[in-house]
Amino acid sequence: MTPLDDTDRAILNRMQDDLPLTERPYAQVARELGITEDDLLARVARMKDERVITRFGPFFDAAAMGGAFCLCAMAVPPEDFEAVLTKVNAHPEVAHNYERTHRLNMWFVLATETPEGIGACADAIERETGVQVLRFPKLQEFFIGFRVAA
Amino acid sequence: MIIDSTDRQIIEALQGGLPLVPEPYAQVAEQLDMPQDALMARIAAMKARGVIRRIAAAPNHYKLGMTANGMTVWDVDDDRITELGAQVGALPYVTHCYERPRALPDWPYNLFAMVHGDSREEVEEKRAEIRALLGTALRGCDILYSTRILKKTGLRLRQKG
Repeated sequence: MTPLDDTDRAILNRMQDDLPLTERPYAQVARELGITEDDLLARVARMKDERVITRFGPFFDAAAMGGAFCLCAMAVPPEDFEAVLTKVNAHPEVAHNYERTHRLNMWFVLATETPEGIGACADAIERETGVQVLRFPKLQEFFIGFRVAA
Repeated sequence: MIIDSTDRQIIEALQGGLPLVPEPYAQVAEQLDMPQDALMARIAAMKARGVIRRIAAAPNHYKLGMTANGMTVWDVDDDRITELGAQVGALPYVTHCYERPRALPDWPYNLFAMVHGDSREEVEEKRAEIRALLGTALRGCDILYSTRILKKTGLRLRQKG
């Protein structure tokens, strides 16, 4: 990976904020940063190729489209972990699933097309595994950002 | 209806990302066989409704050297959660900061903040900063490190016309 220079870092920070909705949005951002449109596009493309930027584009909110997300957690007995995991991951609604260092050792996100889908899927997992599924829907979201030293 | 079939086509066209060309909307409009103005008006309307939150880059924390991350969880006084949650969420090393319901008695925590660092030691230092920030509103806290990714899939829209 090419080491990031100051211009790359400034781009990375600016491009995490909303892109203006204009015909030539990159030209506008390039002007803000004092570089050319070509330079901006080339650097963003390079950072994408090198996977410094995973994705560039619209962030969609499934909830605003009528769907729902819910963080869930289970305290799975260690000896049953793999068997429970197979049953949980078999549900297409399970988007991300992480093993974590806690008595509640399995944490996953359910993504469903309707709000009712969350309860139905969590209930089904409880029935299939015999393990309670704690549900942590978001009540409030605070600003999501991540900044590199620029 | 929250999104119609035209919105859905636009979402599908943009799911992979916005083209990195001088006139990205002109390119997408051509692909969708619709006028650029109409496409941009649709996108503006989806932004206004919150279907599109922003058009932006998703950074890869691992590639940026942030290889350690911990899910910090906090039991914060309900009366102060909105004010303090906003302060925690604004910290540069915090992503994904949410208020969530407690699940008593198993789970007393109502604020979740993902903290990134280049080592667990650094994550612990950041966690100490958050603890100081929460001050007297804090009643308890914990941190959960991920030890294994068990599944990871992106947003997938199902076809429904």
